[in-house]
Amino acid sequence: MTNKASLKTFLARKELGIFGLLVLLCLMTSAQNPNFLRPENLQNMARLTGIYGIFSLGLAFVVITGGIDLSVGSVFALLGVALAMLLERGAPPVMAVLITVGLGAAIGVLHGILVTKVKLQPFLVTLCGLLVYRGIARTVANDETKGFGMAKGFEWLPPIANSNTLGIPNTFWLLMLVAVILWVVLHRSVFGRHLIAVGRSEDAARYAGINANSVIMKAYIICGVLTGVASILLAFFTNTVGPATHGNSYELYGIAAAVLGGCSLRGGEGSVVGVVLGATLLRVLQNLVTLLHIPSSLEFAVTGAVIMAGVLTDEILRRRRKA
Amino acid sequence: MSGLVPALIMSGISKRYPGVVALNNVSLSVMPGEVVALLGENGAGKSTMMKILGGVVQPDSGTVTIGGTPAKPASPADAGKLGIAFVHQELSVLDNLDVAGNINLGREPRKFGMLDVPAMHAIASKATKRVGLDVHPTTPLSNLPIAHRQLIEIARALAQDAKILILDEPTSSLTPTETATLLDLIRELKSQGVAVVYITHRLGEVTAVADRAVVLRDGNNAGELAKAELTHDRMVAAMVGRKIAGDISYVPLTPGEVVLDVKDLTTLRHPAGKASFTLRAGEIVGMAGLVGAGRTELAEALFGITPAVTGTISLSGKPLAITSAQTAIANRLYLVPEDRRHHGLVVSLSIRENISLPDLANMQTAGLVNRVQENRITQERANALTVKAPSVEMAAANLSGGNQQKVVLARWLALSPKVMIFDEPTRGIDVGAKDEIYRLIRALAAENVAVLVISSDMEEVLRISDRVLVLRNGEVTGSIPRSDATEESILRLAVHHD
Repeated sequence: MTNKASLKTFLARKELGIFGLLVLLCLMTSAQNPNFLRPENLQNMARLTGIYGIFSLGLAFVVITGGIDLSVGSVFALLGVALAMLLERGAPPVMAVLITVGLGAAIGVLHGILVTKVKLQPFLVTLCGLLVYRGIARTVANDETKGFGMAKGFEWLPPIANSNTLGIPNTFWLLMLVAVILWVVLHRSVFGRHLIAVGRSEDAARYAGINANSVIMKAYIICGVLTGVASILLAFFTNTVGPATHGNSYELYGIAAAVLGGCSLRGGEGSVVGVVLGATLLRVLQNLVTLLHIPSSLEFAVTGAVIMAGVLTDEILRRRRKA
Repeated sequence: MSGLVPALIMSGISKRYPGVVALNNVSLSVMPGEVVALLGENGAGKSTMMKILGGVVQPDSGTVTIGGTPAKPASPADAGKLGIAFVHQELSVLDNLDVAGNINLGREPRKFGMLDVPAMHAIASKATKRVGLDVHPTTPLSNLPIAHRQLIEIARALAQDAKILILDEPTSSLTPTETATLLDLIRELKSQGVAVVYITHRLGEVTAVADRAVVLRDGNNAGELAKAELTHDRMVAAMVGRKIAGDISYVPLTPGEVVLDVKDLTTLRHPAGKASFTLRAGEIVGMAGLVGAGRTELAEALFGITPAVTGTISLSGKPLAITSAQTAIANRLYLVPEDRRHHGLVVSLSIRENISLPDLANMQTAGLVNRVQENRITQERANALTVKAPSVEMAAANLSGGNQQKVVLARWLALSPKVMIFDEPTRGIDVGAKDEIYRLIRALAAENVAVLVISSDMEEVLRISDRVLVLRNGEVTGSIPRSDATEESILRLAVHHD
């Protein structure tokens, strides 16, 4: 078998289905409402896709270990509040950004220790995180909405989230950069191979001499760092951070994107391209609900139905291949 | 006592698995109120026989008659309805339920569709009394010591009003006092007309309680022993039977210096059993022992999967603390584990990915896998061991057992092993592929590797070993040179004499 052929089966297996679904939804929406293809609409979707894609990729790495991170939304609130308050108190902007990302990494380390050393279940660890970080965010902010006002002293920061370069939103460029790096990490690096092995069979990986704990730990740190990066983009995108609601249930979008992108919740499977497509699909869906005048109360139902359809199709194709 | 109709007749039972004949025309009958010991070495066919009776597997041919009526147990639930109850060696009680919950499991008395708790407690109390255990029905199983859990398992079998009771190594986790209680209980059941099939390696118990013994060997009936013949020597002789012909292709090698020196090593499973032995370069040492003797635990301690509790390990004269598989691998001590599909391989990955898994560090540039190098090296290794597959990109899951084992071997062979440990290297592998594995093991020894082969297959141990170590309860009870190694001499050291 040549590399070309294996690449082909690889594409057919992981990403082609979701790509087809994405194209279908885009065609359908643009046929019904030509506004879909207007540059402003596309730019807006791409901007959000950038932010969602970055943290979805981080979450996907945790999902590949067979774990999960339910705390992402609350981490957005905590880090958003932290960033706003740091800048408010005149911290040097570069320092504020680094501290925010560093906090994200520290949360990843904490989750990693609890999962690998203390042997707690990831669901439990991050469920507690979801509750705890939200509570801390609200307390630290005194339950007041924080904002960046006119961004005095750090005028160059908000445009990272809100402006375009060559007509394409900066967040999307950033996602592309992150995706390329993570594609290499997951599909070409030694760590990526170890991650896939540990995710599918931690025992077999240990018998091959892999330090499974360190691999899992790194996945949680990657997730923490990317959540940190996304939290900065999201904070500047919304420009205000209401600690009680900021980022609410975003972890579910991330998990949905990972699963749509071919990550199995049982672990050991995943594709960077798939996750990016998954995150894009979710944004297109949200846009579709607006543009096709579907009552916004139905948005979640539509999203849920499409995810279910995607996962079902995948499962049916998988069984057919096996038979 | 209705002594006329046998409680159980299994007649002409045959069962084949791919490449293996597990049972060949085997028969067994038990009268009501009779205790029949089923004897045989590991792999003689005892457990397949009991799986057929329990409805877990179906025989290819042969008949089962229960109480004079032909029966075909199609599932464990079916077997239960036929009045057959099992007590397994591995505990199958649930430690998240209480005593009553366990004893009534699957047959819970109901009232208006709800659990009838008073009835459950009454049944449980009666059953625990019969096994001589004084526990309250609401005691959580997790609060009971292992021995008591074993008794609960027996109580569960009794609560079914079983006509036929199968006990598979029921005393392996019991103390001598508890064992005595159990044997009394069996005598009591016997007087109540229950037919008992008793499987054990503890021959003393057979002498104490059995009326008769049926011996299996290599999936065939190998004779019966009447009560008067149930002596230790007679039983061992019957289990071993024939002498195994020596392997004509065996070429003795001159072993070199001591490579691995293990002193007083203990594992979690046998905290009191201290294992001490040495392995020499170019020597193939077989390790025999009964199921539960602690062989796999020993191998995993040496490989650092579950580090040893106490004891010292020296490699080439230097003491070495093996705390993880990484330490073992860094010192060129490798393990081919017993469970290929869960420990040996990541079966969803390709042959290439499995072979390169422990060695990626040597096939990388700046953290990235060098695919050209990886393809070339893994292809070479797969070819060297003649792994039969259309491509190294094939998932390991789709390979035959023999080829899977070659993939596990291919992974280590290229990492110039100093010590190789094989745990059941040919389990589930067909005869032809077995010979290939033996050839590869020999070749390793010829290259001065110290080889330890753990096996429950007596023929295999005798065929491949330069020397045989026997393990019993975590302790090395003997080291037999090839010239003196016979099934009998090994079994004598492996069984319990109490």
